[in-house]
Amino acid sequence: MDYFAQQLINGLVLGSIYGLIAIGYTMVYGIVGMINFAHGDIFMIGGFIALISFLILVSFGLTFVPVILLIVLLVSMAITALYGWTVERIAYRPLRHSFRLAPMLSAIGMSFVLMNYSQIAQGARVKPVPPIITGGYTLYEADGFVVRLSNVQIVVVVTTIVLLAIFTWLVAKTRLGRDMRACEQDQTMAALLGVDVDRTISMTFVIGAALAAVAGMMYLLYYGLVDFFMGFVAGIKAFTAAVLGGIGSLPGAMLGGLLIGLIETMWSAYFSVEYKDVAAFSILIIVLIFLPTGLLGRPEVEKV
Amino acid sequence: MTTPAPAATAAVAAKRGLGAAFIFKKALISALVALVLFSLMIGVRTEAGPEGQLIYWTRFGDLGAMVATVFFGSIAIELLRQWWGPIETVRVIPPRVTSSLALARRAIAPILLIFTFLVPVIFYDQRYILDLGILVLTYVMLGWGLNVVVGLAGLLDLGYVAFYAVGAYSYALLATNFDLSFWVCLPLAGILAAFWGVLLGFPVLRLRGDYLAIVTLAFGEIIRLVIINWQSLTGGPNGISGIPRPSLFGIPLSNTDDGLAALLGIEYSPTHRIVFLFYLILALALLTNWVTIRLRRLPIGRAWEALREDEVACRALGINTTTTKLTAFATGAMFGGFAGAFFATRQGFISPESFTFQESALVLAIVVLGGMGSQLGVALAALAMIGGFELFRGLDQYRMLVFGVAMVLLMIWRPRGLIGHRAPTVFLEHSQTISSDLVKEGR
Repeated sequence: MDYFAQQLINGLVLGSIYGLIAIGYTMVYGIVGMINFAHGDIFMIGGFIALISFLILVSFGLTFVPVILLIVLLVSMAITALYGWTVERIAYRPLRHSFRLAPMLSAIGMSFVLMNYSQIAQGARVKPVPPIITGGYTLYEADGFVVRLSNVQIVVVVTTIVLLAIFTWLVAKTRLGRDMRACEQDQTMAALLGVDVDRTISMTFVIGAALAAVAGMMYLLYYGLVDFFMGFVAGIKAFTAAVLGGIGSLPGAMLGGLLIGLIETMWSAYFSVEYKDVAAFSILIIVLIFLPTGLLGRPEVEKV
Repeated sequence: MTTPAPAATAAVAAKRGLGAAFIFKKALISALVALVLFSLMIGVRTEAGPEGQLIYWTRFGDLGAMVATVFFGSIAIELLRQWWGPIETVRVIPPRVTSSLALARRAIAPILLIFTFLVPVIFYDQRYILDLGILVLTYVMLGWGLNVVVGLAGLLDLGYVAFYAVGAYSYALLATNFDLSFWVCLPLAGILAAFWGVLLGFPVLRLRGDYLAIVTLAFGEIIRLVIINWQSLTGGPNGISGIPRPSLFGIPLSNTDDGLAALLGIEYSPTHRIVFLFYLILALALLTNWVTIRLRRLPIGRAWEALREDEVACRALGINTTTTKLTAFATGAMFGGFAGAFFATRQGFISPESFTFQESALVLAIVVLGGMGSQLGVALAALAMIGGFELFRGLDQYRMLVFGVAMVLLMIWRPRGLIGHRAPTVFLEHSQTISSDLVKEGR
């Protein structure tokens, strides 16, 4: 039971990271109807930028951890958001009225570009960082087994919750959120009613990339390393999360992320670590067979 | 011709001036964006220091060079765009050029085929060119195999490399464990790969487009991960080595008394085997091509094309989409399996590293570049792609970057492929009175 509780905590933390990435997939799919294949690599870029800005801040002599974290968070969100905007502007916008598979293929190309760009720019080796947030609480102790909740885990979960709250408010209450929901339903009609569709789509990518940057930073804090290849597998898992929760649904993405995180952690804990990725990918296939609309998704009506 | 009125000249000049200001402004914005994008990623380089601690140093020179490149590149692109005019501009080609182009287009396939047959004769002494030729033909075959799934049936498959891997491992395991010859294993590898194709086909029958792509990608990764982790069977990351070489129907191509060279009474040379492998893959590729061309004329091939054009209409016309999709998957997978078996016997060693997602993307890029459905286009695209990769061999780490950029640019510039087109084999001579575009709802 203690072991299970510990795995539950670990799974929820991992799931928060997946959920943050999954929101980017689900938002873009909702509005443009394409899978942003490069989103996993945007997450990776976010991790790198967090790492570099962290190093610079430390070498400037800053030692107060909350300030460092806040600056790193803002810097990586801003720069990664610009990456998201640029990717959309270069690779997706010219293809909006092309045939269906074109944006997907362009996105695959973009994913290669980002992956190899960071490999060339920052080297192929894994970049480790010393633990930035240390310490934690012991929740329960019995028979020599300890259930621990570390401060990093608290930071990850709290940040995720705060960002989700801001994000939900943004979509539900602001002008931008209303524009986004309008574009999701009918782009032509939204344009006729004075919604700047291009700008709204750009903003969707920007917000998605900013959330992915947060996920990248949390990944860095939690695992203490980044490398240029981490976006690929994390991207597929986050996409699985988005599909599991019902693609196009924002709470669904978060729910799916938590479930995938839990499943992966439990699988590693009770079955085999080697096959944890196989488990995650199999879930994608199984969900799509038996529950194509996901847990909270709406069925897609096909019009002829 | 009258000279233009002064006012018009002034307007043109003003427009030109405005254009220059516009170009400059755009380039400046691009450069600013680039500055922010590259500031940390290129301006700062991190690496693990001597004690394992991360250290960093700055590279402002590189950063400045990159930003300047973006600035001037943006100006160059904008000037090119103004010179070319709007994208839809139709260039009038003189009829003589058109007719000679048509002639060239008809002649290119036979010429290419004859040349390919003669390659081992012309370049007999150049091992490098023969090896490169074998590599190109392998990708031509993979491209033609995937073309059945993507080009003809319109099902985006991002996990094609899985079937390539199944074929390679089938041959390697059968040959090393049961001493079966290449010619027995080749059909077995094809059948096994086709079986896996059907196995993948069943769950994804209901999926379309993007979902299908992701599921096939996941499938490819699952196969790779299982190969890596099932060490007792596949040797894990170490792969399988000592895979037997193919024989010419039982006659080994070796320097022994019962070898081919001894039987023919000629001097043995290792090049014999290379030439044999070259003709073997050429024959396999041509088989793929021939089967595909024949299938296109059968009802099943017509059904694939119909499925690609419109799945709903297909179902309405009573075409069984289930069997249509499954046969497309199985056929494509079978050719992938053949190619995999060939790959294993050529290399003599296989490991999971050869079957990554990059490989799938490369084959897919070949099919897309070739124009999705055009056999000649795919062959030329494979030649261009693999040849291009060889040209960039010196710049090893930039290879995939260039590949990604090329893929994006290709989609923007020529989404239907550089060469060839994907028009259906049969179509109505006259257009319908009411186009389906006009009656589409919800667009």
